[in-house]
Amino acid sequence: MKIIVLVKYVPDIEVGYRFKPDGRLDRSGEGLLNQLDEYPLEAARRLVSQVDAAADSTVTALTVGPDEAEEAIRRALQMGADRGVHICDQAIAGSDALGTSLVLAAAINQLGGADLILCGASSADSATSLIPVQLAARLQIPALTGAASLAVNGAQVTACRLTDNAMIESRTPLPALVSLTDQAEQPTYPSAKAVMLARRKPVEVYDLADLGLAPSSVGCDAARVKVLGVEPAIRRVGGRLVDASSDDAVAALVALLRDNALIPVGGGA
Amino acid sequence: MGQILVLLDDPAADPARLILGGSLGQVIGLRLPAGPLVDDSLAPSAGSVGDDWLAPPAGEYCLDPQVLIRPGVVAQALAQAVNQYQAVAVLLPAGLFGAEVGALLALELGSAVVTDVTAISAELVATKPIMAGTAISEVSLTGPTAIFTVRYAATSSSVTAGSTNGTDMAGSAELPGAGPASVTELPLDHSSNVTELPLDRPARPAAQVEIISVKPNKLASGRPGLDQASIIISAGRGTGGDLRPVELLADALGAAVGASRAAVDAGWADPSLQVGQTGKTVNPELYIAAGISGAIQHQAGMRGAKLIVAINQDPDAPIFEIADLGIVGDLAEILPATAAALRREGTMKGPCHGYNR
Repeated sequence: MKIIVLVKYVPDIEVGYRFKPDGRLDRSGEGLLNQLDEYPLEAARRLVSQVDAAADSTVTALTVGPDEAEEAIRRALQMGADRGVHICDQAIAGSDALGTSLVLAAAINQLGGADLILCGASSADSATSLIPVQLAARLQIPALTGAASLAVNGAQVTACRLTDNAMIESRTPLPALVSLTDQAEQPTYPSAKAVMLARRKPVEVYDLADLGLAPSSVGCDAARVKVLGVEPAIRRVGGRLVDASSDDAVAALVALLRDNALIPVGGGA
Repeated sequence: MGQILVLLDDPAADPARLILGGSLGQVIGLRLPAGPLVDDSLAPSAGSVGDDWLAPPAGEYCLDPQVLIRPGVVAQALAQAVNQYQAVAVLLPAGLFGAEVGALLALELGSAVVTDVTAISAELVATKPIMAGTAISEVSLTGPTAIFTVRYAATSSSVTAGSTNGTDMAGSAELPGAGPASVTELPLDHSSNVTELPLDRPARPAAQVEIISVKPNKLASGRPGLDQASIIISAGRGTGGDLRPVELLADALGAAVGASRAAVDAGWADPSLQVGQTGKTVNPELYIAAGISGAIQHQAGMRGAKLIVAINQDPDAPIFEIADLGIVGDLAEILPATAAALRREGTMKGPCHGYNR
């Protein structure tokens, strides 16, 4: 089975991040593998370990991003991917979801396709959740998004998807795309040996010309979504801290409710 | 002013999207057909779709799961509607289904789409939280049609904040003057402008997806949903699995009950109640985090709340860094005691604002 896992290099939000004057994220800062992308890597590792050892199975980690994005590929290789493919081209910077999904589709076709494409349900930075569906549509394969679990039986993939209204278990023939949430199997952290072995795994780098894409078809100029500006969200700072062992915490909470008119009439109803 | 298409999928959340649409242009509401998608080849295998699904509670929409798993069919129908009405914008619900429909509609039309927006200006500039809710971006969309998925609660405040003049509402509408509470009392007669969105039989590859089973989410009896509530009390690991103190105060306040991922993973709460990056993003007046340490993934879902109260035994819990009121203590004592105090308070007369929107 041939599995491609989409990975993304995102800023470490807890460490901090910067935006360039044009509103685009400065991707040269402290970054890491998007945390949700660990789940499809874990799923791929498990799927490959289940199939017949004689069967020719590969897990390819695929990313689109600047030079720094290789870090996400390296982490993916430590977490069980066999090889990495990094699409890196200045002209891609500033792409919106339509542009990024175009690059990914071209890359996957270049790699000869896959039986299963796995990815995280959303990225921590831009969080559009658009790429999985647009990519599947471009590749003309079915997508099962937001999966809490998946299983491959023969030539079919089954996923449990948590929608707003229901848990829907559905299946579709391979090839298919499945995006996973953090309700999927917990990622296993790589051993020291796995980290060492990952250094020897190959990482191929391609640019737009390798994929046969014109620079004008992607990037800032092709993007239909333009960022006008970015501001920090309302800065939340810790307010009053009450220690229930010494202070009247209940009175503090009731006062807050009363001051903000949040106590319903007949509050004890 | 152009035509604004609003996809209707949930009677509780639709009015806010209709009002927002009305502030942007002439609204046309498009309702998904409630009945099953008629196509023999797609009929669910016998007994696979639960009876609960086929008989939803009165007043609730029944979104056919066969439609839910085929967003491409909806996107195709919407693309036709966009052309038919020459629509300048399409407003979709936030969430998995809305994002899928939006992604495919954008592909179909070659248009831009922005998910999870919290406000849209008359110039169609959208406001969207990014970076796990720590930053707000303003984005404009080029192309003939702008596609948005809209977060419910935030929509109501953005509408009341900045769209009271020059609007061209469908029907004889008057925009609510103040307070998110008025959203549910929508004076909008949109019945004449709502039509059913005709769906075609799904084409491949969507047709290859088949349903094995459908389990409707358990709904907490009588409590408001996370999208509608003015107050949300969420249970975390610190509850130790006993949600009664949380439910007690929630019911005293008419609040919704939410949960952290840890509480959902432990099986203490239904996955539909999860607040955070992979659950719901909520914007209530007040969010009470009970026994939740406040990882960045949880904060991404709740830091848009107007007020945050955190109750935790650990004084170093990160949640205290964003809480307007932090209480270091035992939630199992504090929550029931607060509910009791409210019962005493309940005998007093007082105004009632915004607790039930």
